[in-house]
Amino acid sequence: MNYFLQQLINGVTLGSIYGLIAIGYTMVYGIIGMINFAHGDVFMVGAFVSLITIIIFGITGTSSVALGIGALILVAAISMVIAGVYGWTIERLAYRPLRGSFRLAPLITAIGVSILLQNFVQATQGARVKPLNAIISGGFTVLEGNDFVVRVTYMQILIVVLTFVLMTGFTYLISKTSLGRAQRACEQDMKMATLLGIDVNRTISTTFVIGAALAAVAGLMYLLYYGVIDFYIGFSAGIKAFTAAVLGGVGSLPGAMLGGLVIGLIEVFFAAYFSSEYKDVAAFSMLIVVLIFMPQGLLGRPEIEKV
Amino acid sequence: MSQPLLSVNQLTMRFGGLTAVDAVSFDVYRNHITAVIGPNGAGKTTAFNCITGFYKPTEGQIVLTHTDDKEFKLEEMEDFRISQEAKVARTFQNIRLFGGMTVLENLMIAQHNRLMKASLYTLAGIFNTPSYQRAQLAAKAKAELWMDRIGITDRADDPAAALPYGDQRRLEIARAMCTDPVLLCLDEPAAGLNPKESEELNALLRSIRDNDNVGILLIEHDMSVVMEISDHVIVLDYGRKISDGTATEVRNDPAVIKAYLGVVED
Amino acid sequence: MSTNTQTSFDLIGMLKRSAIATIIAFLLFLPTLGLKTSASGGVDGLFLQYRWSLLAMGCAAIFIGKMALELFAKPKDGQQKPAAQASAWAKAIASPKTAKAVAPLLMIFAIAFPFLPFADRYVLDIGILIITYVMLGWGLQIVVGLAGLLDLGYVAFYAVGAYSYALLSAHFGFGFWMCLPLAGILAAAWGVILGFPVLRLRGDYLAIVTLAFGEIIRIILLNWRSFTGGSNGLSSIPRPSFFGLPFNQEPGGFAATFGLEYSSLQRIIFLYFLILALATFTFFVTGRLRRLPIGRAWEALREDEIACRSLGINTVNTKLSAFAIGAMFGGFAGSFFAAKQAFVSPESFNFMESATILAIVVLGGMSSQLGVVFSAIAMIGGIELLRQLQFLKVIFGPDFDPSQLRLLLFGLAMVLMMLWRPRGIVSTRTPTVFLKDEKTVSAAMISQGRG
Repeated sequence: MNYFLQQLINGVTLGSIYGLIAIGYTMVYGIIGMINFAHGDVFMVGAFVSLITIIIFGITGTSSVALGIGALILVAAISMVIAGVYGWTIERLAYRPLRGSFRLAPLITAIGVSILLQNFVQATQGARVKPLNAIISGGFTVLEGNDFVVRVTYMQILIVVLTFVLMTGFTYLISKTSLGRAQRACEQDMKMATLLGIDVNRTISTTFVIGAALAAVAGLMYLLYYGVIDFYIGFSAGIKAFTAAVLGGVGSLPGAMLGGLVIGLIEVFFAAYFSSEYKDVAAFSMLIVVLIFMPQGLLGRPEIEKV
Repeated sequence: MSQPLLSVNQLTMRFGGLTAVDAVSFDVYRNHITAVIGPNGAGKTTAFNCITGFYKPTEGQIVLTHTDDKEFKLEEMEDFRISQEAKVARTFQNIRLFGGMTVLENLMIAQHNRLMKASLYTLAGIFNTPSYQRAQLAAKAKAELWMDRIGITDRADDPAAALPYGDQRRLEIARAMCTDPVLLCLDEPAAGLNPKESEELNALLRSIRDNDNVGILLIEHDMSVVMEISDHVIVLDYGRKISDGTATEVRNDPAVIKAYLGVVED
Repeated sequence: MSTNTQTSFDLIGMLKRSAIATIIAFLLFLPTLGLKTSASGGVDGLFLQYRWSLLAMGCAAIFIGKMALELFAKPKDGQQKPAAQASAWAKAIASPKTAKAVAPLLMIFAIAFPFLPFADRYVLDIGILIITYVMLGWGLQIVVGLAGLLDLGYVAFYAVGAYSYALLSAHFGFGFWMCLPLAGILAAAWGVILGFPVLRLRGDYLAIVTLAFGEIIRIILLNWRSFTGGSNGLSSIPRPSFFGLPFNQEPGGFAATFGLEYSSLQRIIFLYFLILALATFTFFVTGRLRRLPIGRAWEALREDEIACRSLGINTVNTKLSAFAIGAMFGGFAGSFFAAKQAFVSPESFNFMESATILAIVVLGGMSSQLGVVFSAIAMIGGIELLRQLQFLKVIFGPDFDPSQLRLLLFGLAMVLMMLWRPRGIVSTRTPTVFLKDEKTVSAAMISQGRG
């Protein structure tokens, strides 16, 4: 039972990270109907930028928690900015010119961008994994059982809380502000939105930037949680986060978070109770299962084909 | 009257709380042109899609009978089987031709099932056996026949998307006819046609009715087409059938006038 | 037509835009190019290397590049380059008459290739590699190009073929010609298995699921140690022989039997002709299939699935047959690969392979068999050429390995290719049956999936 509880805690933490990445996928797919294949790699870039910024600030091994958190917020901000620039540039250079093209063109370009990003980081940063000493360590014991002790680390609490805050903030942003309205208008009918004076290009760019910024935060948290990153983490995290977006219902932000949690839990539980080598198979199979049996996801709207 | 080709019985289609088609019954006869008309939102296309298998009706029966008395319960069949086995062909409101393929190719694809059998599901085709070659030539001949009938033989090798709109509409009908149907269902075939093209369409439909031993069921808004060529008109309004008769009978039916024009307040 | 809206030479504007581009580039390059994390080997973890010169060079390159673009070409925002403007060269390739003339010439060149003076071991290996990718490209072309089903996991069938060959030959002692059809059948079976779940999926969703499928297969190959040897792979694969005559120096060997002096090249040349034969077989079969009802149904499926169903076509069977037959050729290629390498491991079957094969098909032009040949030569040959770019060591230092850039440039090439010619080199389509003239259909009219 204790073991179960621990996996639950771990799963929620991992799921929060996936959820943040999933938001980027779901927003972009909702507004322009394409899977931003390179999004996972923006997450990876965010992780790397966070790593570099942390090293610059020299905050590894700081004993003061307040200073550590303060510095980390700064790191997150910088990482969000840089990742945002990446997101913006990718959309502007690689996707926008192809917006009128045949349907699979943006996806193929996105694959190219993904390969480009991965190998750009590999070429410039080296192929070896990058470890980082824990910045925020320690936690507290929740339950003490006979054979297993359930612990919650401060890092885990930070991740979940931060994710919750960001999620609420962005849901508010989407539903209440003019940006959100513009986004929803573009989702429904882009031509009409243009005719009504909405700057479609700017709305789409902003969507990409927001998605990238959130992915960067996820990257920072991934770095802090696992303590090690490499240029390849974007690939599998990307597929899992996309699965989460689909599971939650494409276009729905709460859905993306919910999907992220489910995928995180599935991955952790599968690794804990069955096999950790095949845990990715479990997550990828979820994608297939969801798309066959529940393509509109948990919180999405079913699509009716017009004949 | 002979036995109906298609018998629609208490057809009902509900989408959640909305009843789009409400207990509609009518018959369609061979060698007749039957038109389904009604104001927008009357449920015509929904009924149509039920008959052709794109929706599963909530209630009701749709029975198609061949000349050998074989019956097909369309409400239970999959869309492609309705075409393949029951021999019901259809066209679409927004033309669905294979735009990147030539006119000839479009007409050849319509004969896919026959050609597949002749090619022994591709095996005989790979070795180009004489029997497959014969089937291929026969299919090409049939395609040429239809191209001739609609007058686009000179554009046989042009991509379908390059044809003028009126020709595209008639090509879609010709393609449907190449499947050797017993029932031809047309969804607003006159939409977007100018008067000359409407005339050509009318001529084509009359010729099909008179020569090809099929029944034609069509949805239409264009009254010139409906009144000109229909033998039988069914009027729907808010999902219910409100009139059923010849074109003249329906035109003078007060219920129909009320549905389209409203009642004059005394 | 792109209209140049500049009426005057706006130098200030150009400089401004280039400056903005450079600032953006600076932000992009600063953490990645400018700073590098390196392991110090000590307890402290990572330290940072400062590479300001590299950063400066990168920004300078962007500035110069953007200015050049401003000066010489200014495409309008968001305007797509008209695909109908196929260059004369591409039109020439596309025309059926040219194809009929060029193809035999290529074939003659391919047959003569191993006997040309420069054909040493290295060159022959590249030739084999290119032909293998051409074969894989033609196989994937059925799925992606004809049927319009975007398969990002095609490498899985390549793997099934390779592993089938390895296991069948190691456990049952079957020869190559026995294993080949079996590998094809097994791969086709997997094609059907993959096809079933994705039947109702379209476009992007289909792509991602096939990608997931490919990854699942790779992970299973990696971890099912007892069956597949795990990351160590399988290596007890018998070397290919010339219909029973082994390629060695023994009296019963190939060289002795034919009275030739033994050379290690003989086995390689045999392998070359083997893959050439397989590829030629693929060429004829896929070409023939395209002209048969099944091929037309595939293309009609790509154009409009609903219209297909309304014509009585069983689209489920059509899709499954596309997957199965495409997979089969992948399986054939896989079993050749295993026979050639005498060793298989999961590393060779990752997503990059699927992406490469897809890029070859897309670049070559979805419907053109000849296009695939040219794009495979360009891509694989191009990547190999990179290994030869030793002069780059002068710029980047002696530790620099140009092959590291291989994949980077590949990704860049993919993006540029889609921006420049999204429809591929040969962007037109040749009809499968014609009444009078065999005219080609321009890409602008070809649908790529309406659902």
